[in-house]
This record gives sequence, C-alpha cells and structure tokens, in this order.
Amino acid sequence: MKPAPFAFRRPATLEEALAALAEEPGAKVLAGGQSLVPLLSMRLAAPSMLVDINALPGLGHVRCSSDGGAAGVRIGALARHAHVLASTEAAEVQPLLAMALSHVAHPTIRNRGTTVGSIVHADAAAEMPMVLRLLEGSVDVASVRGRRTVPAGELFAGPLESTLAHDEIAVEAFFPALPEGAGVAFQEIARRHGDYALVGVAALVETDGGEVVRARVGFVSVSDVPVVVDVTDSLDDPAGKALAELDPAADIHATAAYRAHLVKVLTPRVLADAVHHARERNT
Amino acid sequence: MTTKLFGTKVPRVEDQRFLRGQGRYVDDLLTDDPRLLHAAVLRSPHAHARITDIDVADVLDVEGVLAVWTYDDLVDAMAQPLPLLIPHPTLTHGRTQYALAKDEVNYMGEAIAFVVAVDRYVAEDAVARIRVSYDQLPPVVGIAAARAADRLVHDDVPGNVGARMEQENGDARAAIADAPHTLRLELDVERSACTPMEGRGTVARWDPDTSRLTVWSSTQTSTGVRGCVAAKLGLDLAKVDVITPDVGGGFGVKINHPWPEELLVPLAAMTLGRPVKFTEDRREHFISSAHERAQVHHVEVGFDDDGRVLGLNVEFWHDHGAYTPYGLIVPIITSTQLLGPYKPANYRVVFESLYTNTVIVTPYRGAGRPQGCFVMERTMDAIAAYLGKDRTEVRSTNFIQPDEFPYEHGLVFQDGRPLTYDSGDYPASLEKLKTLVGWDEFEDFRAEMAAQGRRVGIGLACYVEGTGVGPYEGAHVHIETSGKVKVATGLTTQGQGHQTAFAQIVADTLGVRFEDVEITTGDTRKMPYAVGTFASRAAVMSGSAIHLASLRAREKALRIAAEALEAAEDDLEIVDGVVSVRGTDASIDLGTVAVLSNPLRYAFDEASKAATQFSVGDPGKPPVAEDDEPGLEGKDFYSPERSTFANGMHAVIVETDPDTAEITILKYAVVHDCGHLINPMIVEGQIQGGVAQGVGGALYERMEYDEAGQLLNASFMDFLMPYVTEVPTTIDIDHLETPSPLNPLGIKGAGEAGVIPSAAVFAAAIEDAERPYKPTLAITAMPISPSELFDLRLAHADVPAEAIAEETR
Amino acid sequence: MSEQLHDVRLHVNGSVHEVQVPARRLLSDALRHDCGLTGTHVGCEHGVCGACTVLVDGSPVRSCLMFAVSAVDAEITTVEGLTEADDTPEGRLSPVQQAFSDCHGLQCGFCTPGFLTTITAGLKENPDPTEDEAREMIAGNLCRCTGYQNIVKSVLRAAEIEQERS
Repeated sequence: MKPAPFAFRRPATLEEALAALAEEPGAKVLAGGQSLVPLLSMRLAAPSMLVDINALPGLGHVRCSSDGGAAGVRIGALARHAHVLASTEAAEVQPLLAMALSHVAHPTIRNRGTTVGSIVHADAAAEMPMVLRLLEGSVDVASVRGRRTVPAGELFAGPLESTLAHDEIAVEAFFPALPEGAGVAFQEIARRHGDYALVGVAALVETDGGEVVRARVGFVSVSDVPVVVDVTDSLDDPAGKALAELDPAADIHATAAYRAHLVKVLTPRVLADAVHHARERNT
Repeated sequence: MTTKLFGTKVPRVEDQRFLRGQGRYVDDLLTDDPRLLHAAVLRSPHAHARITDIDVADVLDVEGVLAVWTYDDLVDAMAQPLPLLIPHPTLTHGRTQYALAKDEVNYMGEAIAFVVAVDRYVAEDAVARIRVSYDQLPPVVGIAAARAADRLVHDDVPGNVGARMEQENGDARAAIADAPHTLRLELDVERSACTPMEGRGTVARWDPDTSRLTVWSSTQTSTGVRGCVAAKLGLDLAKVDVITPDVGGGFGVKINHPWPEELLVPLAAMTLGRPVKFTEDRREHFISSAHERAQVHHVEVGFDDDGRVLGLNVEFWHDHGAYTPYGLIVPIITSTQLLGPYKPANYRVVFESLYTNTVIVTPYRGAGRPQGCFVMERTMDAIAAYLGKDRTEVRSTNFIQPDEFPYEHGLVFQDGRPLTYDSGDYPASLEKLKTLVGWDEFEDFRAEMAAQGRRVGIGLACYVEGTGVGPYEGAHVHIETSGKVKVATGLTTQGQGHQTAFAQIVADTLGVRFEDVEITTGDTRKMPYAVGTFASRAAVMSGSAIHLASLRAREKALRIAAEALEAAEDDLEIVDGVVSVRGTDASIDLGTVAVLSNPLRYAFDEASKAATQFSVGDPGKPPVAEDDEPGLEGKDFYSPERSTFANGMHAVIVETDPDTAEITILKYAVVHDCGHLINPMIVEGQIQGGVAQGVGGALYERMEYDEAGQLLNASFMDFLMPYVTEVPTTIDIDHLETPSPLNPLGIKGAGEAGVIPSAAVFAAAIEDAERPYKPTLAITAMPISPSELFDLRLAHADVPAEAIAEETR
Repeated sequence: MSEQLHDVRLHVNGSVHEVQVPARRLLSDALRHDCGLTGTHVGCEHGVCGACTVLVDGSPVRSCLMFAVSAVDAEITTVEGLTEADDTPEGRLSPVQQAFSDCHGLQCGFCTPGFLTTITAGLKENPDPTEDEAREMIAGNLCRCTGYQNIVKSVLRAAEIEQERS
C-alpha cells in the first residue's frame, strides 16, 4: 500500500498553485489529505501531480460575522476540522457546525483534515457536505480563469464528485448564520464511534412565534449525493416524505430496510431536537 | 516451592524498550543497511481462475527492480507444494498451495509473483506491470456452496470435502430417541480473523563469509520456520538461524508456516546476495494470511425433566478455505471442546472440513472453541427455555463435579491424546459468577429498566480450554561469572510478557535477583529445540521447562558451593544470588560458583584469574569430572503426557435499543480458573484483551465475501475492530485457582480464555433482552449487528402489548 | 524514468534530518526508514489504526496520511522524543510512558507509540480528564491486545504523575 509516483508542487502563492493546476490536467489538490492519501496508498487514485496547498498564506481562517445577509461562518481552505470545532464563535453563529463536526472521524483525523476539503470531496457519507447543503451555504472557488461562488445546491454532481473543474481550488466555504427563531440538530448512528454513519440526520427549522414555518432535513449515507428534503408540509410524517425522495442502499454494514428504518427513527427525533433548540434560543 | 515473585504483579521488564520506541519488530531490522532490498507480491484478483500466461517483460524495465520470480523460476523442493503441517488420517484430501501459484489460483490474494526492488514503492510499481491472463472458474464461496458441491474448488476433491471425522462416546442417537425431551438447533458462526496490529514480515540475510542464512520472521514458531526454510531451500539445518524479534501480536495467524514469503525472502537474499525484507501491508493481511471461525452446526439433543443431557449429536461443517496447511486442528478442537464443563451421557460428533475459494484457515485465538462454546451454550439455553428453568440450574445439573477429576470423556483431543480433564471446580466457579454479575438480582433490574422503556438481557456461558499441548518445550539456564542469569527458551513471544513471567520463575526457583535474569525467546541459535507459542501453552510448557532447567542449575550450584564452603548441600540456601550455609556467615556468590564451575587455562579478567587450572580443583583429579561438564548451566525439557484444562465462565448484561436495535454492553463479568497465576497482572491483561477481541467477534467483525469470492472489507475501515468506545467500560474479573496436577508449577494456560465464550454469551444476553417482546426470537447466528437484530425483530411476532403490561406489573 | 527526489529537511524531536525522498514517501516511512526512528509503527496505512500517530506542531496526526515533502515546516515529535532529559543517557520516562508501565497499558507494544503520542497531546489540552474524557482521548487508536482497560487507567495515572512531578 504505497502511492504510485507523482510530481509534486508546494507553491507559496495561490497564483502559483492555480497555474500548476492549469498546466497539469492530471493534477490534484492536496490539503489535509485524510481522504486523498488512503486512496493514493491503495492506488485507487493516481494523479500525475499533487499541488500541496498547505504552504499558501491566508487560507487557515475561521471568520464569523453576524451582520445581515453576509452573516455566517467563512472557513478557509486550510482550516482544519479541529480548528473550526474549537471556535466558540463559529458554534454560536452556526451551532450545527460544531454539532456535526464532532461526528467527523476521530480527533486525530480532524487535526489534519480540512472542512473545505471534506466538502469538495463530496462524499455522501460525510457530514460536512450535507451540512453545507442543508444550510444553503456556498463555496468560493478560484482558478486561473477567475473566481466564482458555487451554491451548495450546485456543488455535488455524483458519488465523490463535485462540480468543480479540475483546475479549480475551493478557497473558502460559507455557512450562513442560524437566523433568529431557527434551530438545528444533528444525530447519527454509526457502527463504531467515529465511523462513517449508517445514517446521519440533521435538521434546520425556522419558527415564528413558536410555530414551525420552515423545516428541512439533511441526510448522510442514504443516497449517492448529499441530500436535503423540505418537510415543512409534512411535519406529521417527515420521514415518510424524506423516504419518498431517498433511496437508501444496502452495504456490508446495513440493509436498505434498516437504513430506511433509521431514517424513520431519527428524522422525527432530530426535528424535535431542532424545534427544542429553536425554542431554547428564543428564551 | 518458596515463592516470592511467583503470583505477584511484577511490572514488565519489556515495557522499557517498547515505551521508548526501542522495540525491534521485523520491519525495524536492517533499516540502516543500504543494501537492503524490499519485496512485493502480485496476488490473484480472482477467487478461482486458471492462469494461462504471466508476462513479466515490463517489470525489469522499472528502475530499481532487481528480480522477479514466478512459479516457473522455482526448482526442486521450492517447486513442490508447501508442507501440510499437521497430517491426520481423516484428512484424506489435504491440499496445500505452492509458494507461487502453479497454473491455478484458488483464492483472491493467492501469491502469483514475487518482486524484489530497492524499496517497497518501486516493488509495488513493478507488481502493477505484471500481466497475467486468467480463465476465470466458478468460485465456491461459503459453506452452503461448498456442501452443494455443484462447483469444485479442486477438481480432484469430490464434494469439496477435505476430511470427514466422527467420534462417539456411548450411543447418542439411541439416547436421544429414548429421551423424554428433544430439541434441534441450527447454529452458524461467520468468518473472522486475528488481525494483529503488526502483519506478517520476514527479513533474510545470507552471509557468504560464514555460509549462513539468518532469517528474522514475525512468527509464532521460529524452529518451525527454520525447519521449513532449510528443507525448502536445500540447506543443512545447521546453516540456518531463525530469530523472532519483537512481534506485534499473533493470536494464531502467525503459527502457520512457512508462508510463501518466508521461503521467497531467503531465496531472494541468497540469489541476489543482499538482504531482503517483506513487510505485509494491511490489505495483504486480509487477503493472504488466514481467517477462521466459519462453521455451520446442526445439533440434536435429548434430555430429561431436570435438563440433564442424555444424548447429544452434533454435526458440523467447517470452512477451511482453499487449502489445508494446518490440517484439522480447528474442527477437532470444536468437536471435543464443545463439551465444556458438561458430561452428556452420550455424545456423537461428526464434521466435514470443506474447501472454499477463500483465504485459508488456521487457528485464531480460541481455535474452534468459540464455535464449540456457542453450540453447547446455545443448547443449554434452549433446554432451559424449553423446560422453563433458570439457565444456571440446567448448567449445574450437567456439570462434571469436583470429585470426578480426572474426568475422561472417551474422546481423542487435538494432540492425539485422550480428552481427560485434570482439575476444576465448576460449581464453585458458577457461584462466583452469579455473585459477580448479580444473576439473582437481574429480574428486578429488568423490571426497573422496562418501566423506563428500556430492554436489557443477561447471558452466561461456560467453557473449558485444553491448554499447554505438547509435545514439549525446553529451556537453558546459564549463570555467568558476573552472577547474571541468561535463560533461553525456544518458543516465541508476541506480547505475553514472557521476559517478565519467566524471569519470575527463574528468580524464585534459582534464588537470584529478578533484575539479574534475562530471558531470550524464539532464537534458534540459543535454543534449537522448541515447538511454538499457540494453544495457551507458553506458560505451561516453557514455564515448566524453565523451572526444571533452573532446578538443574541450582542443583549444580549447590554441589559446587558445598565443596567450596565445605558444607553439606542440604545446609545451603540461595538467596539473591548468594549461596550461604544456613545460620552462618559462610557464603559464596553464584558468580563465583560459576567461576569455579569452569576450569580455565587463560585468565582474561579478575574472575577468570581465579578459575585457571592452577587455582581450582584437586590436582589428583581431571579438572572436569567424567560425569560433569564445565560451566554453571542447567538445561531441561518439559513434555507432559497430556494437556491441562483451564476453565471459566462469562456473563454479560446488554441493552438493546427498542427503536434502533443498537446493542450496548452494561456489565461484563469473568470468572477464570487457570490454576496458579504466575503474574496476575499479565493474566488479567490477557483476559481483558480476549474479552475485547470477543466483543469484536460477537458484535462487529466478520469477513464479507461476495458471491464472486471478493473480500469486500479488506481494510480497518470496513472490518470493524473495536475501539475503546466499543468495549465494556469495566470487566469484572474473579479468579479461582485450581492447580493442575500435571506440571510442577500447577499452572494452566490463560491466553485464549477471554475470547472463547463471547459469541455464546452475547447471543444469550441479546436473546434474553428481546424475548419478553419477541417470544420466538432466537439468536442462532453470530456475529450479530444492529441491522441483523432489526431483521430478526421483523421476522418474529410481537407479544401482545397487554401481555407485556401483565408481565411487568 | 528516474523518480525525482526532493531535499527535505525534517525537524524531529529537536533534531534536523536532511533526507532525499521522492514526493510519494509517506511521512511514516520517512521517519522510519530515512530518519531511522523506527519507534513509529505502521499498522494500516489508511489512517484508521493510529499506530503511526506522531505530533505535528504538538497535535496528533497520522504520519501515514502525510507525505514527508509536506512536513517541511513542521516540528515533529515521535515516541523517541517523549522521554524527559535527566542525568541518565536514556532519559526518564515521561508521565505517559511511566503510567503505561505502572498500569500494564501495553502488551505487544506495536500500537503503543501511537497511544503515547496521542495521550501526551491530550493531557496538554486536558490535564485532569475524567474517565470518559480519557476514553474519548484514545478513541481513535486501535489496540488488539489490551482490551483498552489498562490504557484508560494509564491516561488517568499519567495525569496523576504529571501532577506529582510538577
């Protein structure tokens, strides 16, 4: 289990990194590497070049703002999960971040793995792509052709596939702040503590005078791509609504029926938690 | 014996080097040797295929590649199949693989080509360039397919049956026919594996100056590897040294030998004239070492109103994988050790050992006992449920009683000797267990939890484990003139703390300071006669041998000291390395005794000056007497007539989540009897580790093969070894010490005990948790996952809600 | 086609190691084979087992999931760097190391270096962990021998020794 050979660049500026990617169609970006390196070692991926962005300046930030439309948490491409998780300010502005991040693998992996890297790795079994989608966040990407902002809804193309072009680097993710009157919750069931979830569920509810006016639920490990279901109209049977849109698959750890069952168990629980959270924040 | 350290929690001496990062495991060796080469292996991607062509033309173009071997490059004994290590008359169709596949591959992972390069990265690059053409053949995966036999693993093995074996004591079928009550059970156990943290590994260096081959291997038997390497490479045994360095866990898988790489590495080292290393990676460990556990059992039992077993008839099918290098040890152990602490009046067992296109099977900690225990204990639970009796009561009824030892079962054990238990006190053990786990208070607890909407269950399981199988182990004890004691025993160490436990024995027996004793294991240069570390035998076998060898050294020391001190031997004692005449000031250091024991011609230091032939001995006699040898040494071997039988009982309380079917361990209790304990700290560590491994085997770990024979979970990502978060937060342990009459120290093996009852005890507890709600639900297959428990719940009807309310009222 | 070698300066346990390695050399392999620090063990090479855990700028990181060429700016601590200087050549066992010896926290010793580094960092962050926190601290490391019971005890004992020594 050793990687195949590759060329290596460790640029000191974003411009250099983007140029290296543009020149080499087989190049891949190396940030935390916690998902990429195992794939390389198992020779399931063999990029011709790695562009190590760890030496780039100014991408390690976790910036919070609670002002108006731009309110939220901006996470730089080199911010490690552990760094984001440790930010009490981020947890205040968008509590779902910390709730979900504490389920991402183990602390040692979180010390190196980056939140932005996890998002663009686009694993439907991972927490953060779904969270970004549930919160209707976005990712800022850069290339030699310029910069653009990709809304979460347009980010995920298929299993382990984002809509980023090969020469683009995700430089920042934006998670909108939790609005007044809203609440979030997260629960997952995994075989072992720290494993990918068999099923993970997050909920975002918005309330007005104690009444739920909007409710959306995001799911981990029950579809090919991170998926979010609006259950505002089906609060009496949110799991039923969700399962109509989801297609849980069997794997070696769980049957499809068991996954569907867990969706049924967890969805109302998580929604209730989110409503509770909303009420708690209001008092 | 005067015991001082025996039985005490002496901290381990080996820890110092491990904690400083100075352990020397096989992959650590020769790392600073620039001539060291690295090997990688091309392995079959298919479970069953004919090889039509292997093209290695592209490989030697890779810069840094030195050589590549395929079957066609092997000659003489290397071109013959690997040895069948443990032949048995009933193993009528034993088959072993070649070091590199010849014409056909029979499991995904089978070695096809061996590449040696300057580093492992380049070697893997080269492996990727080898082109093999295959004609795929239909694979046989799983016991059902093997039994159906509409496809064969080996064309010349009809029905995929490698062996069929039957043993009977009495007439079980007649007894069952006549019994007041009968039950039938189908019980399955899935494949799993040892998965030590360190995989396999071998390093070899050929020294042209001395014409000697040195092989370091991460093995459980260095003498076994040595014999195989010499035989396969056509070398005199005297030219081959095998050293087992620190080993990162074994648990059984490393007892198999020779692995293809254990032969190919030395072959490459001799051919290329440079040292060569093979370090197995994690994926390779899953697909090319060994698995165990997969068996399907059919049980018929007849019993009376008290639950006394009148007849027990067990048929089972053992999946031994693609080849049978380790013979029938696992199913033989199941077939005999299934009996546990019980004495069914009539017992018949038949098994078939079957070929499948999957990785080979060799013993994994417990070695067939976890399956046997699962079968027997599920049967006991079923009898209790049928009769409406307490599960402990049915067990008590069937126990062998303390006054019945030695107890003969009328069967032949895995070592070819009669299955005769030496000692034990099962009723006392059960009483301890009931207290430890709170058996009698459990129904109150269940009711209390039920009131909160929680489901809990309790289970127990009992086992007996034959430990310390022969044929023998030996030890050599050498007291140097410094007074330091160097001890060698030939079996190997993979974490059991032998350097400490054996030194405790030496210190006590010889009368020396613990710090002055140094133990070497697994080095054929120091002890060429040995068997290996398996079957919980190291403490019993080498511990006894070391005790005996120490006695011999002591005897000699006393004889020489008596002469020097002009005293009778009986008046002497040895304490902290000093021999003294009891009640006087007269004394002599053991180091000085060592000087006196070896008359010298040449003086090289102060001690040796005192030993030149002008200084010692009677000028009228030969310096070394006719019946004596120079040096203060003792050597002896321990070879028992049969195994000694340890026993134990486990109980667990689990909670099953009514909604998610998740299984949580609330309490785990162990009562354990392995005779006298050399070092209770080490024994408890063994039990704790075994319990955790058992939790893995019962609730998390299995080999997931698909129908094509592809192993789907060949990684730690998907083969779910427990982390700390999956094991019980506490393991309550109580000991009983029923000494073995078979060895001088009264000890029994402890290594495998922790893992044996796991499948049984968890099945019992989960079933017990579910039964009040699903009265027909039975756990008959292990391991079990929440997903499977969920499926079982769907398959069984609920108790009507009002009945539960009635029950809990 | 000769693979390009990179001059890499690794800072390990307070010493500088100048090594020449291809880009694909895993940090674990560079430490073991190029720096000769074989105390760091490789158990799975896919980041699950934790045996290869080293401290990178004080934080536990899987050295099998990093390339040596990416470790140039980091201060790395391996198990060999945990002992404390005293008047002996080999140094004194650190509180965590001593606790493992006191509590029988290891058997075969293969996974141990990863636990030692992880706990060393963990206790810096939380010097007085509860039993649950001790468990959480080691929850990402696999051990096949001990059943973890004595490793949890070792964490708590290490915290005590740290207190006793300070």
